[in-house]
Amino acid sequence: MSRPLASQRKEYGRALVEIGQARPDVVVLDADLSTSTRTSDFAKKFPDRFFNCGIAEQNMMGTAAGLAASGKTVFASSFAVFATGRCWDQVRQSIAYPKFNVKIVASHAGITVGGDGASHQTAEDIALMRTMPNMTVIVPADAPETYKAVKAVVDRPGPCYVRLGRVDFPVVTTADSPFEIGKAAVMKEGEDVTLVGTGQMVAVCLDAAEELRTRGVSAEVLNMSTIKPLDKARLLSSTERTGAVVTAEEHNVLTGLGSAVATVLGENHPVPMSCVGIPDTFGESGESEELMVKYGLTSDMVVTAAERAIRRKGK
Amino acid sequence: MTFAAGSGHPGGSLSYADIVAALYFKVLNHRPGQPAWEDRDRLVLSKGHAAPVYYAALAESGYFPVSELVNLRKLGSMLQGHPSRSRTPGVEMSTGSLGQGLSVSNGIALAAKLDRKDHRIYCLCGDGEMESGQIWEAAMLAAHYKLDNVTTFVDRNRLQIDGPTEEVMSVEPLAKKWEGFGWHVIEIDGHDMRQILDACGAARQVKGKPTVIIAHTVKGKGVSYMENSIAFHGKAPNEQELIQGLRELGEDA
Repeated sequence: MSRPLASQRKEYGRALVEIGQARPDVVVLDADLSTSTRTSDFAKKFPDRFFNCGIAEQNMMGTAAGLAASGKTVFASSFAVFATGRCWDQVRQSIAYPKFNVKIVASHAGITVGGDGASHQTAEDIALMRTMPNMTVIVPADAPETYKAVKAVVDRPGPCYVRLGRVDFPVVTTADSPFEIGKAAVMKEGEDVTLVGTGQMVAVCLDAAEELRTRGVSAEVLNMSTIKPLDKARLLSSTERTGAVVTAEEHNVLTGLGSAVATVLGENHPVPMSCVGIPDTFGESGESEELMVKYGLTSDMVVTAAERAIRRKGK
Repeated sequence: MTFAAGSGHPGGSLSYADIVAALYFKVLNHRPGQPAWEDRDRLVLSKGHAAPVYYAALAESGYFPVSELVNLRKLGSMLQGHPSRSRTPGVEMSTGSLGQGLSVSNGIALAAKLDRKDHRIYCLCGDGEMESGQIWEAAMLAAHYKLDNVTTFVDRNRLQIDGPTEEVMSVEPLAKKWEGFGWHVIEIDGHDMRQILDACGAARQVKGKPTVIIAHTVKGKGVSYMENSIAFHGKAPNEQELIQGLRELGEDA
């Protein structure tokens, strides 16, 4: 199904400027990618409260910690691969352990980075951030939700990670859709299987649900925009009813949303489950759409996974 | 303290003892009864394993009772093996993973500039830490943003866990490196109280650039069997060693 596309990064830039106006305590750091992450919008408006740290992400995270130690609310941005992997220890030791108000908003996550190839793509960042105590992990589904997520993390005490894409994502929410950290949204109600998507895979799940409908299958679609803390109540109330679940993420299928969901279901109410995501492999250069197909992030894959899970019901 | 804990880092604590004492009892503008006082000078112990001397100074300053010191490294204690901001009054920053404290100090310094506060930030590094790349990223940032409210100490005791620094990984020429990164450099005898205080005074006068004080020190200073001993980097003394050590330091054994 064709949906309008919109930029998450642009919404980040817009939200950040509004936050800057309302909150003099907000400071923004970047590591030489401010025009790509769109922190440049804030930098133009509030040059005194923007610090470019150069190509030195470890130092950027430590500097963010120091600013937060003095009462600032700090946004630190870069590409997701650099903002999580390159400085994981700095985020752990200097930000998460002392529970500082640092909001890591990273763009260019996943495989749809495209032509830059595997060095700039990341299929590990959700895993890296959700394994850390005190860290909140948010993966907005689209541009409108990005705006709301960025606004929401300002008021959430402690460290947060917000994961954004490079390319424009299909728009599946509206400015009026409710958004709350830690709450999954029901995008479509259904009876036979629960499709749990995060990021742009929510749109893919909605497409899959439409295809499943033509095959006589009623699929419920959840937008799991907060990976941590996971909305266990909504997840369980849906899967206990449908009895089958598919997770879909633009991330390594071994370690992200699928793992988080599997732990909750396994401990509480196991149901047949299939996981759609990037196989445990590095990506490569290519157009975003080509990469989505090659690495199995399509509605066809979600449909197949749903049918597989449904077949295992009661076995 | 390390005897009571059965482990810890006495050597690198003693090399820093004179500097830490000078800072807490002569240099820092602070209020131990009011650890969150916003105009306080900040001290970040980047070399987190020198926690014993740090805790001793905090306790003697009045941040918490001296009787707490024997609980170092014990389960449930406020005194973690390496400093934890959320547990210990007076600890500005959780440290222990080396090389990170100067970045944090810079962040605190930027905040002070933004808020037009004139408190100072003291960052205490070890010389082994100079091998860590993040130190030099932070050195660059402090010079770039002209953070003249930052004073960094380097405890140049010349020893790290695996041996002399110049055998493990040469850090020299250290003063030239800092100069090259745009810092004002002062070198002192880190056990000479007058030199420590004069260097801190001089650093306050430097405008437009941060200051590093390279303090030449002796690991295990004051305890004959610990001096220049790699063995006492991360090992506590036994009972007999403890009694001898305290006597040599002029304390009651």
